[in-house]
Amino acid sequence: MSSAVAVPLTGVLVASACALLGSFLILRRMAMMSDAISHAILPGLVAGYVLAQGPNLFAGFLGASLAAAVTVTAVEALKRTRRVDAGAAIGIVFPAMFALGTVLVTWRFSDIHLDADAILFGNIEFVAFDTFVFNGQDLGPQSVWVMSGLCLLNLLFIGIFYKELKLTTFDAGLAAALGFSPAIVHYALMLVLSITSVGAFSAVGAVLVVALVIVPAATAYLLTDRLAVMIPLSVVIGAVAALIGYRVAIAVDASIAGAMVSAVGVLFGLALLFSPSQGVVARAWQNRRNRAVIASQMLVVHLFNHEGAPDSEEESSVEHLSDGLRWSPARTDMAVAGASRRGWVVRANGHLELTEPGRETARLVLAR
Amino acid sequence: MTHAPLFEHAPPGTPVPAVSLRDLTVAYRETPVLWDVDLDIPAGSLTAIIGPNGAGKSTLIKAALGLAPLAAGSVSIFGEPYKEQRDLVGYVPQRGSVDWDFPTNALDVVMMGTYGRLGWIRRPGKAQREVAMRSLEQLGMADFAHRQISQLSGGQQQRVFLARALAQDAELYVMDEPFVGVDATTERAIVDLLRELQARGKTVVCVHHDLESAPDYFDWLVLLNVRIIADGPFAATFTPENLSRTYGGRTHVLGRLDHEAVAREAQEIELRI
Repeated sequence: MSSAVAVPLTGVLVASACALLGSFLILRRMAMMSDAISHAILPGLVAGYVLAQGPNLFAGFLGASLAAAVTVTAVEALKRTRRVDAGAAIGIVFPAMFALGTVLVTWRFSDIHLDADAILFGNIEFVAFDTFVFNGQDLGPQSVWVMSGLCLLNLLFIGIFYKELKLTTFDAGLAAALGFSPAIVHYALMLVLSITSVGAFSAVGAVLVVALVIVPAATAYLLTDRLAVMIPLSVVIGAVAALIGYRVAIAVDASIAGAMVSAVGVLFGLALLFSPSQGVVARAWQNRRNRAVIASQMLVVHLFNHEGAPDSEEESSVEHLSDGLRWSPARTDMAVAGASRRGWVVRANGHLELTEPGRETARLVLAR
Repeated sequence: MTHAPLFEHAPPGTPVPAVSLRDLTVAYRETPVLWDVDLDIPAGSLTAIIGPNGAGKSTLIKAALGLAPLAAGSVSIFGEPYKEQRDLVGYVPQRGSVDWDFPTNALDVVMMGTYGRLGWIRRPGKAQREVAMRSLEQLGMADFAHRQISQLSGGQQQRVFLARALAQDAELYVMDEPFVGVDATTERAIVDLLRELQARGKTVVCVHHDLESAPDYFDWLVLLNVRIIADGPFAATFTPENLSRTYGGRTHVLGRLDHEAVAREAQEIELRI
């Protein structure tokens, strides 16, 4: 398999495996836990490397899982002391683990595969050269096999325990009362996340894993309000970002991992701006509409209150409105235009007159 | 004020209490919040647990459901430990205990009530969906089945929670402040539901805050302030003496045996505490 196939394929598989877990982490308000784990597995990876006396996948996963378990347990224990909050607990534990890992790497193993660049930024560029050989047969890049395995693992995990993950995420109290231990589900999710992080780590490095886990799900959350849609949508977003990132990186000769994460950031930005339901643009448009409607309603109520009163002539004159309501002429025009378009007022020689629907609107607004 | 006769629907003979707590002490971080509670809640009753803020009302029901750490004592539900009776207990947590922005709809939340019987891994199917739909109908929420839960009003969210407990198809329903912050329609729906559950022989235990409405809704009363102050049939237990002992000993203002006056006074006291 050539690099032109192996690299983007690995990218898509890494992004998909990560994105599968992102939805639950976001909904559990544990987004930063994936950052913690992707850093904290480093001493475990190094320990695995030492014990296996070389790069060994199984030893790496085992060491990383143990390091992740230590991290999660330490964070939980720190939180339980109630002397530090959840964010601080994570902030204390993961740099300590990462620091331990960097010390180990630079102290004894400065000449080996695990160099600082690979730790920070991964080495997805070279995945095609690290092939999986079995019985003398070259079965293609190891990374493609590993990442496919991780995708399958995460797919099975979420597929089989979807109900349990959903219930413990939404209502841990009911889950516990019904006999679904939230702690077991929590640790299982953390275990799967740590195994996934090992794979993602080798591709994009410790710093960027969190982006592949969290950003696709955060993007999907802006686009849907159904969990069953959010999960597959986040996988699609992650995979598309990986492909875009790869193409851009090749075109401008830049870091592939960096370009992949930048691409997913851009997709998030687009969703934040243009999501039909929750986007900034849609919200602003909605707010503008609401303000316009309220201005017209205020106008109608004003006319209604002065109707039949001695000053009604003056209060309803179009010139006076701007003055009396302390509105800019532009705003007054907008309110008058809105009210006449809705059939609430009609103009009659420089005055505004309420129509029957206009009076009805005023009564409704005032009754509320 | 009407009080339903007690044990109208309970089986003959000496009934097993729905909830039985023996020498129960609950502690969070080594600090006991409930001291040495002995309590029997009769099967078939509509029971209110009443007490001031911080009295341990929620803790009491959480302990009964195995959700709070027991420092001492034991819990039995219809005569057996809770773990063996899970399927008999429906639970309505406080509405504020969950995130209503969760990406799901009302029907899906109600279906969660059926998860307990399904156990691990088995997925909800058509039968569970029908149970959930019927439960929503019973609370007048069928039209909102596919509504995003964040778009429901507070009262509607509360009715979704009650429908979820109904979907558990339990014998004992434990509710944490179901009447807090709900509209009149929801309040009526909850009261109708409580009456209907009792008519079907079920037991309901509610943490309740409003002393004025309590005599209308419940027939058994537990007064709690870190320990049990008094418990028994509602009318006999809802006395000025008991209330003043529960809410902090201002006996001199509680001279009359008029329920509403007692309720008002006690609530004023609670506000001051």
